[in-house]
Amino acid sequence: MQEIISASGISKKFEAAQALKDISFEVNESEIFGFIGPDGAGKTTLFRIITTLLLPDEGEIKVLGLDAIKGFLELRKNIGYMPGRFSLYQDLTVEENLNFYATVFGTTVKENYDLISDIYSHIEPFRKRIAGKLSGGMKQKLALSCALIHKPKLLVLDEPTTGVDAVSRSEFWDMLKKLKQHNITILVSTPYLDEAMRCNRVALIQNGKILSIDNPQKIREGFSRKLFSAKAPEKHKLINALREYPGTLSAYPFGDSVHITFHNDEFDDSLYEHLKKVGIEKTTITESEASIEDRFLELMKKGTTG
Amino acid sequence: MKRFLGFVKKEFLHIFRDFRTLIILFGIPTAQILIFGFVVSTDIKDAPVAFLDFSKDEVTQKISDKICSSGFFKRIDNLQNYDDIDKVFRKGRVKAVIVFGDNFGRDLISYGKAAMSIIADGSEPNTATLITNYVTAIVTDFNRELVNTSSAGNILVQPEVRMFYNPELKGHFMFVPGVITLILILICALMTSITITREKEFGTMEVLLVSPLKPVHIIVGKVLPYFILSFIDVIMILLLSWFVFDLPIKGSIILLLAETMLYILMSLSLGILISTVSKTMQQAIFISFLGLMLPTILLSGFIFPIENMPKGYDWVSAFLPPRYFIVILKNIMIKGTGFLYIWKETLILMIMTTLFIGLSIRNFKLRLE
Repeated sequence: MQEIISASGISKKFEAAQALKDISFEVNESEIFGFIGPDGAGKTTLFRIITTLLLPDEGEIKVLGLDAIKGFLELRKNIGYMPGRFSLYQDLTVEENLNFYATVFGTTVKENYDLISDIYSHIEPFRKRIAGKLSGGMKQKLALSCALIHKPKLLVLDEPTTGVDAVSRSEFWDMLKKLKQHNITILVSTPYLDEAMRCNRVALIQNGKILSIDNPQKIREGFSRKLFSAKAPEKHKLINALREYPGTLSAYPFGDSVHITFHNDEFDDSLYEHLKKVGIEKTTITESEASIEDRFLELMKKGTTG
Repeated sequence: MKRFLGFVKKEFLHIFRDFRTLIILFGIPTAQILIFGFVVSTDIKDAPVAFLDFSKDEVTQKISDKICSSGFFKRIDNLQNYDDIDKVFRKGRVKAVIVFGDNFGRDLISYGKAAMSIIADGSEPNTATLITNYVTAIVTDFNRELVNTSSAGNILVQPEVRMFYNPELKGHFMFVPGVITLILILICALMTSITITREKEFGTMEVLLVSPLKPVHIIVGKVLPYFILSFIDVIMILLLSWFVFDLPIKGSIILLLAETMLYILMSLSLGILISTVSKTMQQAIFISFLGLMLPTILLSGFIFPIENMPKGYDWVSAFLPPRYFIVILKNIMIKGTGFLYIWKETLILMIMTTLFIGLSIRNFKLRLE
């Protein structure tokens, strides 16, 4: 397997803040590599360095076998980039946007139509509509089509699912999966932890540092404690009550339940008594499998305390 | 090349799709020409005047007839004494009063000179100056006729007031070069700086930078549509001033258009320069207005003559490209002079253009920082 990106020791400082600290990672050919982290973690800065838009203060980075700092002009021909704000011309129609990007990248829509047909077919009925009047999901599909139109070897997507409804988000990931068949490596960032499972490998990033890189399954398995899931009609009250309980290490909402860890990885009846005291009667507590979110929260906590 | 053309096509689409851009491009120039031409006109036409004639002889009759038949003045009243002058001015009925002294005709014939005064309403200084100039010109003209018809030895010695280049003192001549200068700065510098910063603001610049488009393609592609459109604008303004105000171009049209192209190029490179230093459209607009529009209107000699500026201001004015272009335009359009008289101004504009292009290329960033 060929390495598409190899970065080592990347650091970047802005006037006020350290955006990236000693970032190293590799991306292999034809994988979907995800950067998962909260807003302000440094994802966009890192992507801009990869797409040659920013220079790192320190470190080396090779993309598609080229030095991203010296060989940036050559590299730019082979990257498809979709910035965080969909870079569409709001006053041009769907068709005009696509044609423009095709011409700029020296190709035609016809030539690579098979590559984008799956995605573009959703918005083709609206091809005469101006991009500014599209819904978030349609804008996202158009922006992706535009980024793909020149058949890049590497596709860099900066938070492509932010501001898009849940159905469109799910559809979007299905599309990315299909793109893998065309031998395109995809680098994607997202603040949504649930999307991590759809990547081949993910890097958890926070405050400019990578906390962990692995495939999502392994990251999940890295959870160091026993996890319990508690359910009660009044979730908010339950969380507060659980946090008051001396044996609790952490308690946070997870879907319609509450995820808890205990200092000694187990609990006894005193917990039920504690809950009853504050008026929570029907509580079911079961051992549960940790999700990637649980692991990420655990890593984040470690990152901030240690 | 195909890439470049695709880019230019996109720019044209932006322009033609945006109503506001079209208004700035074609509405404002037309409106400015017409407004300056008709409303802010510095011409006088049928200005109301009153006469106070103490001699009431043949000569004064002739002079006042000549004044009133010029088309510039209209006789509103004949006054009887000096007190009336103040009254008619206070009522605002007249712009000027023309007074002939006692025995005007006799004095003129026996002594060769006679007393006549023009009293103008100083609360409107511009009009007042114009009126006194006009009346003086008409009287001078009358004197000349008198000299030609009367016997030799009876020559009237009068100070000759003659207007060079603009004998009828037509105001349009003065403002057309100014409007062209202003419009070109507005369209070229303001619009190009806006269109480039717009790409930055909407994030499309990120993708353009990552694309194989070279910076020179992006810049020239941005600039070319405005070059073409502003050139069309100039032709439109010239045609408009020709048809509506009968403004002739006395010098070479080719030279005029060539100089215009140089000036457009200068303004465009200034626009690019502005866009390289501003991050948002608002900044670009701010710099263009404060740094270009206002100085062009106030300090370039468009409205206020440079000779009348206090010391220091004329120095600031020396750094303003429009100042030189106005001189060039006035020379070609009104005086009809050739390149020999404007080579200095042309050279200055060329140096400025080169400087701005150089700075823009140096400042244009291949990356986001």
